[in-house]
Amino acid sequence: MGCFDLQQNTLRDLNAALHRQGDLLRVGGKADTQWEVLNPRGSHAVAVGVDGPLQITVCGSVGYYCGGMNQSGEIRIEGSAGPGVGENMMSGSIRVTGDASQYAGATGRGGLLVIEGNASSRCGISSKGIDIVVRGNVGHMSAFMAQSGNLVVLGDAGDALGDSIYEARLFVRGQVKSLGADCIKKEMRDEHLRLLGDLLKAAEVTDVRPEEFTRYGSARELYHFDVDRADAY
Amino acid sequence: MSYTNPTTTPRKSSKFDDYTLSEIRRAAETGLYDIRGAGAKRKVPSLDDLLFLGASMSRYPLEGYREKCGTGVVLGDRFAKKPLELKIPITIAGMSFGSLSGNAKEALGRGATLTGTSTTTGDGGMTPEERGHSQLLVYQYLPSRYGMNPDDLRKADAIEIVVGQGAKPGGGGMLLGQKISSRVAEMRNLPEGIDQRSACRHPDWTGPDDLAIKIVELREITDWQKPIYIKVGGARPYYDTALAVKAGADVVVLDGMEGGTAATQEVFIEHVGQPTLACIRPAVDALQELGMHRKVQLVLSGGIRNGADVAKALALGADAVSIGSAALVAIGDNDPKWEAEYNAIGSTAGAYDDWHEGNDPAGISTQDPERAARLDPVAAGRRLANYLKVMTLEAQTIARACGKSHVHNLEPEDLVALSVEAAAMARVPLAGTDWIPGRSQA
Repeated sequence: MGCFDLQQNTLRDLNAALHRQGDLLRVGGKADTQWEVLNPRGSHAVAVGVDGPLQITVCGSVGYYCGGMNQSGEIRIEGSAGPGVGENMMSGSIRVTGDASQYAGATGRGGLLVIEGNASSRCGISSKGIDIVVRGNVGHMSAFMAQSGNLVVLGDAGDALGDSIYEARLFVRGQVKSLGADCIKKEMRDEHLRLLGDLLKAAEVTDVRPEEFTRYGSARELYHFDVDRADAY
Repeated sequence: MSYTNPTTTPRKSSKFDDYTLSEIRRAAETGLYDIRGAGAKRKVPSLDDLLFLGASMSRYPLEGYREKCGTGVVLGDRFAKKPLELKIPITIAGMSFGSLSGNAKEALGRGATLTGTSTTTGDGGMTPEERGHSQLLVYQYLPSRYGMNPDDLRKADAIEIVVGQGAKPGGGGMLLGQKISSRVAEMRNLPEGIDQRSACRHPDWTGPDDLAIKIVELREITDWQKPIYIKVGGARPYYDTALAVKAGADVVVLDGMEGGTAATQEVFIEHVGQPTLACIRPAVDALQELGMHRKVQLVLSGGIRNGADVAKALALGADAVSIGSAALVAIGDNDPKWEAEYNAIGSTAGAYDDWHEGNDPAGISTQDPERAARLDPVAAGRRLANYLKVMTLEAQTIARACGKSHVHNLEPEDLVALSVEAAAMARVPLAGTDWIPGRSQA
């Protein structure tokens, strides 16, 4: 196992080392696939641009953009994460054992982001295929302009959930303070129950049932500009 | 005997001119604001209002066909391991696949490559054709993040974080349903055929302090190899430039209000932002005050059309310029040979700006396969290369006449202004005087 202490070494060296492992794996070389990052102490951009099936445990809380643009990496953050954790993630997984700040999973295209605590505002903003499971609550404007993927919230959602949403699916178990423009409550059909069951299983959530959730998504009424709906914007 | 009041010649209002009247009628009929492409069409103080002085008793010119006048420029050597080395100080601005056809994007890449300069992606991501035909490709990092992925980020030669655009500082992009083809929809992860409105704000940072951290993230992802540009619209050029430098930019791209767009509201294009001429000196002030002039390069765009514009921009302190609308004209946009077709869609060659509708007879701002096939990317790329070479030769001609062995040696002292407004904005004397409005006594 590779071990990297951010109090002893630089962030640049850490990310370069992780990128090298991905390069080695692509050419069939021998790579360290298990890594431990010590003393992150709120550092920004920890383990960004990972491109390969590395297992990375970050022992402590991180700053902005941890795991940004992750491809295939399995990143575990033992602590809380600052803004933009897992931004534009492509694949793989990120698990935050604490809370996540704003923009968690922003623009993510794939993979699974699990937040065991709460997520702040704009969780899943502009998502493009990522799956996000939040054990606690999410803040206002979550899933703003979300294009595709799934956001699962076991707790409550703040104001303007799913504002200007496209085709992402939202599942909330608790209360929704308000829905954003063009976001509506939708029927939970069997296919959605199966999908939600799979998402909960992947997130290792075993103490709740899909039937306890409500589904939300796009009313698709703002897909073409209509002057008589201008007050919705 | 009856009296007849003599009639006067009918007089139209200068305020309610024909265009204004037609726009009022159009708005009343549709209930929609007017959307169009291209840049500001109103007359504003511009680089045309400046003149070079040329050589004289105290300034020695260089021989046009004997003495060298350099044109090369390096962009992004502040932090990046691999800065861009351009042979000419003219780059191709960001324009998206989606707003432009695949053939048009290929032509831009070919033309830029033939002349040793860079081209730029746009809102919608990087296409393989564009990467394949562009020796130097700048990858735009936009609020929408359409098509954004780390593989393309690593394939790029530089990264341009787009904060704003001269045609619409503070506004996002628009791509209406008729141009959301299946390929465009797939690249943008959107349903086919819907009206797509790109975000105007980045989704995961707010303000220059956050931006500094975002830049670190992008540098870390790309192992500090790629230059990072920040593109701003011509809104508050002094502060935007200073904050871009503070945030860690290698290059600042400053786009004045004459800069084009694929589509936005007419009211935005004509009424928001400052003229390109008014933007340059405040930006250069910011760089000079920070001791970063020529260390963080300034790329100016917004209505650059010829070598004189290039030379004037460089003389006022820019390191390079960027062209968009002019490049499209070079490859065939608004060509009179399509006049009958322009007429058929209610326009005329030279005025066609409904780029968002996807009906471009020239095959440039369209996703319609039949129209797009009209543009030969090889021939169009050659035309662009010719045009870029002419612009460069023109800039060199002026620089030599001013006694400069490199176009970057041009300076404000080589210029005078033809109007009080231009003199004040460019901070050069009004022609025939030594008066710089706001700087010296008349």
